Amino acid sequence: MNAELVSELEAPRHRTWQARAVSTIGPVTVLAGTVWALLQPYRVTLLHPHGQGFWWLVVEPPLLVMAVGLLFHLVVLPGLLEDLEEAGSSDAATL
Amino acid sequence: MQPPSEHVHWMFATGFLVLGLCQFGEAIVGTEVWRRRAWRAYLWPSVFFLMGVLMWPVMTFFTNSTIHMLAHGTWAEVLMIAGATELALVRGKLSSPWWRLMTALAFAVSGSAFLIHEQNGWFFQRSSFLHHAMGWTLFGAAIVLLARCIRPRSVATGLAFALTFVVIAVMLYCDRDLAPVFGHLSPIAGAPHR
Repeated sequence: MNAELVSELEAPRHRTWQARAVSTIGPVTVLAGTVWALLQPYRVTLLHPHGQGFWWLVVEPPLLVMAVGLLFHLVVLPGLLEDLEEAGSSDAATL
Repeated sequence: MQPPSEHVHWMFATGFLVLGLCQFGEAIVGTEVWRRRAWRAYLWPSVFFLMGVLMWPVMTFFTNSTIHMLAHGTWAEVLMIAGATELALVRGKLSSPWWRLMTALAFAVSGSAFLIHEQNGWFFQRSSFLHHAMGWTLFGAAIVLLARCIRPRSVATGLAFALTFVVIAVMLYCDRDLAPVFGHLSPIAGAPHR
């Protein structure tokens, strides 16, 4: 195989690894929140809302963790993957 | 309508988790790609600065002793200084990566504030344990930041920096007003809450 072709493949492969890694951040965070909710269901007061005050219903740590993971996955990730792809294309073009 | 203090800790934990995930994203894709969109470049320094601003009402309404008030005031100041420095670096008002030393200094000062203001031993109650643990974690993070100033493009230091925020978030989520830690609770600490 021509060494020039191998070098052309290196940058996209690196970008693919980055895309895969950054794509796992949100789901892993949501999974962590879900596991936490299963292990400590008493911290999710929505499951037993009667007699709970405002703050106990609004601030529920496992749900907050899931919300942060979802926010990252839905708001930050799409643009980041687009930019990563563009950077990969420009890397390949300059090689 | 004032939230209990443990809820305030959990809200700040959420802020640290946001910072941690953004830092992980930046460490993985690289600073150039992360800063391709202006809103993303400003995201985590702004959250950092905002958390400093929000620490002032915490200092005013949630501290019950002078030493607690001073510690929370110190955290408010250093969060704002670190956030402002990072914002200036993103904006281009500051260019030398050595300005990141300001954030390292902020972490070291925060760690000191944790260790100095906690008057009890590690296993007195959960918050005592967490104060000691967070103090030493922040000192470790200051060393990581020092390494990041020397090697700003290193993925390893970027990931370690991101991990620091996630670890702090986890510790803040573990905080309760009064609770045992690993089965230990001093009899003079009081009755544990729910």
